[in-house]
Amino acid sequence: MILVWVETEAGGLSEISLETLAFARSLAEAGGGIAIRAVLFGEVEDHEAASRELGAHGVGEVRQVVGEAFTSYAAAAWAAALQELRASTGSVVVTAAGSQRGNEVLAHLAARLDVPMAANVVSFDGLAPFVVTRQVVGGAAFEEMRLDRRPALFTVAGHSWTAVEVSDPAPATWVEERPEVAPADLLARVVATRTKAADGADDLKTAKVVVGAGRGAGGPDGFGAVAELAELLGGTVGVSRVVTSLGWRPHHEQVGQTGSRIAPDLYIPCGISGAIQHWAGCASSKTILAINTDPEAPMMTKATYAVIGDMHEVVPAIVDELRARR
Amino acid sequence: MVDVLVCIKRVPDVGGQVLLTADEQAVDGRYVGFTVSNHENSAVELAIRIAEATGGTVTLLTVGPAEAAEQLRATLALGAHAAIHVEADPAALGPADIAREIATVVTEKEAAGADYDLILLGNDAADTGDFQVGIRVAYALDRPVVGGVSAVEVADGSLTATGAGTDGEVSYAVPLPAVATVLEGGAEPRYPTLKGRMAAKKVEIETRQLAGAPSGAQRVRLTLPPPAPSTVEVLGEGPEAAGAVVDLFERLGVAR
Amino acid sequence: MPDVPASAKCVVIGAGIVGNSLVHHLARLGWTEIVQIDQGPLPNPGGSTGHASNFIFPVDHSREITDLTLDSVRQYRELGVFTESGGFEIARTPERMEELRRRMSSARAWGIEASLVEPAFVQELVPFIETDQFIGAFWTPSVGVVDSLRAGTIMREGAVAQGALTTVPNVEVLGLDVEELPGGERRIRRVRTDRGDIEADYVVIACGVWSPKIGDMAGVSIPLTPAVHQMISVGPIPQLAGSAGEISVPIIRDMDTFCYERQHGADMEVGSYAHRAILHEPEEIPRLDQAKLSPTELPFTDDDFDLQLEQALELMPEALGADGAEMRYAINGLLSLTCDGSPILGESHVKGLWTAAAVWIKEGPGVGRAVAEWMTHGQSEIDVSASDIARFHPHQMRREHTRLRTGESFIKTYGIVHPAEQYESDRDQRLSPMHEAQRKAGAVFFEAVGWERPQWYGSNADLLEEYGDRVLPREHEWDSRWWSPIVNAEHLRMREAAGVIDLTAFAIFDITGPGALASVQRTCVAQCDVAVGKVIYTPVLDHKGGFRSDLTVMRLADQHFRVVTGGAHGMADKKWFADLLVDGAELTDLTDRISTIGLWGPQARAILGELSSDDLSDDGFGFLTCREIQVGDITVLASRISYVGDLGWELYVSFDDAAALWDRLLATGEPYGARPVGIGVYATTGRIEKGYRAFGYELDGERTIVEAGMQRPKVKAADFVGKAAYLEQRETEPAAVLCTLQVEDHTSAAGIRRYMLGGEPILTRAGEPLTDGHGHHPYVTSAGSAPSLGRHLLLAYLPPDRARVGTELAVSYMEELYPVTVICADATAPFDPENARIR
Repeated sequence: MILVWVETEAGGLSEISLETLAFARSLAEAGGGIAIRAVLFGEVEDHEAASRELGAHGVGEVRQVVGEAFTSYAAAAWAAALQELRASTGSVVVTAAGSQRGNEVLAHLAARLDVPMAANVVSFDGLAPFVVTRQVVGGAAFEEMRLDRRPALFTVAGHSWTAVEVSDPAPATWVEERPEVAPADLLARVVATRTKAADGADDLKTAKVVVGAGRGAGGPDGFGAVAELAELLGGTVGVSRVVTSLGWRPHHEQVGQTGSRIAPDLYIPCGISGAIQHWAGCASSKTILAINTDPEAPMMTKATYAVIGDMHEVVPAIVDELRARR
Repeated sequence: MVDVLVCIKRVPDVGGQVLLTADEQAVDGRYVGFTVSNHENSAVELAIRIAEATGGTVTLLTVGPAEAAEQLRATLALGAHAAIHVEADPAALGPADIAREIATVVTEKEAAGADYDLILLGNDAADTGDFQVGIRVAYALDRPVVGGVSAVEVADGSLTATGAGTDGEVSYAVPLPAVATVLEGGAEPRYPTLKGRMAAKKVEIETRQLAGAPSGAQRVRLTLPPPAPSTVEVLGEGPEAAGAVVDLFERLGVAR
Repeated sequence: MPDVPASAKCVVIGAGIVGNSLVHHLARLGWTEIVQIDQGPLPNPGGSTGHASNFIFPVDHSREITDLTLDSVRQYRELGVFTESGGFEIARTPERMEELRRRMSSARAWGIEASLVEPAFVQELVPFIETDQFIGAFWTPSVGVVDSLRAGTIMREGAVAQGALTTVPNVEVLGLDVEELPGGERRIRRVRTDRGDIEADYVVIACGVWSPKIGDMAGVSIPLTPAVHQMISVGPIPQLAGSAGEISVPIIRDMDTFCYERQHGADMEVGSYAHRAILHEPEEIPRLDQAKLSPTELPFTDDDFDLQLEQALELMPEALGADGAEMRYAINGLLSLTCDGSPILGESHVKGLWTAAAVWIKEGPGVGRAVAEWMTHGQSEIDVSASDIARFHPHQMRREHTRLRTGESFIKTYGIVHPAEQYESDRDQRLSPMHEAQRKAGAVFFEAVGWERPQWYGSNADLLEEYGDRVLPREHEWDSRWWSPIVNAEHLRMREAAGVIDLTAFAIFDITGPGALASVQRTCVAQCDVAVGKVIYTPVLDHKGGFRSDLTVMRLADQHFRVVTGGAHGMADKKWFADLLVDGAELTDLTDRISTIGLWGPQARAILGELSSDDLSDDGFGFLTCREIQVGDITVLASRISYVGDLGWELYVSFDDAAALWDRLLATGEPYGARPVGIGVYATTGRIEKGYRAFGYELDGERTIVEAGMQRPKVKAADFVGKAAYLEQRETEPAAVLCTLQVEDHTSAAGIRRYMLGGEPILTRAGEPLTDGHGHHPYVTSAGSAPSLGRHLLLAYLPPDRARVGTELAVSYMEELYPVTVICADATAPFDPENARIR
């Protein structure tokens, strides 16, 4: 039996949990058709829809864990429930999504059972012995790890598998569970949730858009178009070290090793070659659009998107285009 | 007065391409050097702030090779007060071993009069990414643990911690003593000052041996993914590219 | 990714400050089809230029390095990337103050404005410095910082715009193909890269710490070691927050802690040369994508820096210890060091394969110009012979030698280095056959290109009593460091009886074959078409009429010439001769087969006469002739010549027989009063009394035969390199004239007799500077005792109007003036001007 904790979000099943089910199914098949059971915590808006969807992803039976103790997140309590279900179902494998909570709850379970746990697994390489490959070094390398003890606990790294429906789906059987929870397991429990306030646009570190400029700006007066673009995108200006060294812009605008490390949704470095010192400060940006005359500048090769050209011509053109489309 | 214990780990300061040691058991840090991961740096920052606010202390603990003394010194330089070094070959230790060693140190130090109201760890190590040492420590010490938090405050014998949850920012209120594993982002770690570095030099690091026989890391070997080619998409050349750029802004949802 | 061009006139490997300067100057000199490649991206490919602290202190004790620095500063200024900040070199100890006084000598000699100042003056310009930490400082207002990356970009892009250059970054060199030509000459053919091959006539290796790796691809040793220089950046510093631009506070070089503090915007960079030598191998440098920061910015090792941190904090507690001032950037930066501290420039033994490596930021553009001129004209305006790659002897090409020497010299980067200071590491590389006997005689060995040469002999200490004050004893420790009065005693004994001198370090090579005469004729100034058995002393010139060397040539047979030259410059001379060989001539190096023993003094003829039945009379064996003689069972090539001004011979003997000859000469000579005599006499006292010039001191690429006072009445009809220039020089008044001066009064203000060691400026009696026709200021090229005259003599090039016997001037030594008088205004010998003793 393979027990899979399926996370819910916004009332539905999380995508990464469905990926985990695909992994579990592959493992079940390799093991000669082992049954898959899913566990859900808390309330589910539409039982039937969830039952159908889980069935479509290969789950035969779903256990919904309910009760006051499960209305808000408490990793120890949830692990306690998994521990009980694992025992009652006789599962030899317990798995969950490689999310923050998936890793956390399985780590609790591993500690309670005193067995190893493998985080962020991407594949399994053999059943006897059971060897999994998992992400380490932030995904930059892999570790092949033996999971000899039973139950085998692991989480499945996001995007390492694709969620696929079975060809002959049947709705999963629905069973409600109301496990007892010890008070000690509820000590660390979420007591409040609040949606995040909007970021202040002038703060480099929290800005959603940062428009960067380097020596290519030419002088202290060369930042007009860059600032205008930042303003139009609701973002802020960040600069390279040489710019602050030359005194063209204040130090607090510096992005890089000795300045701020930024992680905006979009970073637009203009005329910044992408010296390593600067790259260290902007590598976490989700998308980078580089504008530079040199197509071989490091920033241009590392960026997601690039425009080859002089920032003094390209940036004003973008500003004009943005205004024109309003 | 809150005395905080922060557990840190010597990890390779991986920047670009990762290199492996010849035996494929570890990341080779000879070109990039070694550091303390960002999560742990944030934990140290939070600990220093709590100690400063409450007149308490920060004690560092690492389980690692002799060279990990460099990381203890570098972190002491940020404003920590004491450091304990359990010398061990990290390749021989699994997360359960490390958790047991930490718990043993805490138990023995507390029996000798120390009082670590709060134990902070990184959410996960930058190299091995096990996501479990802090939680195992909490179980070994029978203390509550909050995971993946980025801000912590201590008041009236209670820990208030906040972090990113599934539906927004979540908060916990936990009685002390407690364990928390920290994610970076809540507190910008400070850099060392010259004075801090010199003060750190004078701190005597307490060295200890492993308390128990390790059960090992279950590691078969490490491997590397094939290198990713440059995937840059050139939107155009010169001012004529402006249209394509604004299209991109619209796709990304940043054009307002 | 674009491919590289399939062919080029010249491929420059490296886009750091050196490669960029070089392509600029090549383009300026008319070169086209230049291809520049670098393994890294532009504008910062990740080499040492990218993390340089970029400041320039112009004053160095070396003229060559100072000239290159001043030329570089001029170029940086023209490019608009130089910011003058001024700079202090501070002294914490009296010894360092003395060194700063010596530095003043160099500043005056090179004509650079500088002054010694009190701590309070430093504090006026650097308000946060603690004045109780130091006792004085050397102030150079023209110190500044440059933007070396920007300079490189401007120069490179200029050459591209001119149509002369194609630059391709992100190219890895995989190999250098060398072609063997008939006759054994090896020539560069192509550069193989990961983006295609480039056929090329010229290839220049200008890739800093990686140069040895690339050189190896063609079998060329580029002996440099990548070494760590630690640097941290501390900030933001409130005292700097308001200042405009990159730098406005003068740079501090804290000489006694081997550290510097340099403003960079709101940050202060603290760098160190104090830590242990941390050496790397070129093959062990990470690739760009393997490095955390860049390949040459390696992980900082805290422990090595802790002491410097403490000292820096003591010096600037309020700034470096300010609230919020954090260490945000700290690196073990790699730079290139060589076994003798000089760069590695010029053509290798593979034709067309050039090098320009181990160059600091302060010399980069100057080196670029010099190498470009050298490649274009065959020589450069600034003489860079001390940096010639051809200078290295085989033992110096080993990586291990470079590692050991740089390991020893790293700490001397800011050290107080005596001009005669000897290395301790990797000694005993080349031992003469009589080394054991010399050791037993208490020889104090100085090294010359690996050879261990007795500077003086402890066994001659008994002569000190005999000669008393005639040995001109020196009471000041600095003046007498690496010196002994025994040198002067040995000198007096040689003049009185005879001295036997080991000259094994000579470089000796034969030119043979039907083309031999034509080869030496075109290389040497003197007439070489002489009778067999004649000895020729000759200057060797470069194409513009500057000195390449001076040496002796013996005609041993019609088609057989033997060249004998100093060991220090021997390898470069060998390459020069080899490059000028005509068809049908062959060069054979005999250096390691033939030992040379000098025997000079009034008793020389009597001593040799006892050992040999050959006719040694002046009629039978005239001056400037040579022939084989028998010394018992030993065959010796004897040459009647002298560099010390006494009767005698240079005796060339096979290595196998040298020790026996040495012993016989000394044993036979003993009743005559002969003694073993060290190089202190041969290289300094003996020659300076005779006004003999030495290559590397009086003679170099920027000096002419006329200026050196060495012109003969006639110029030979045959053509030779530099002839046209030399003929023109003979028709023109010299811009400077080499003179011999004697010190009239040695007594310092403290009442101690002081003795100049060389490098000191010559001023008017009143202390005013002098300027020659080149715009240069006179300085002492050689200084030494003249024991036979009871004087201390100085050689210096003076402005022609001062080059008159009797002119009264002054020499500045440790910031005090000592009166001197010109005693010779040409090559006339101060001692025995008629050369009667040599006959």
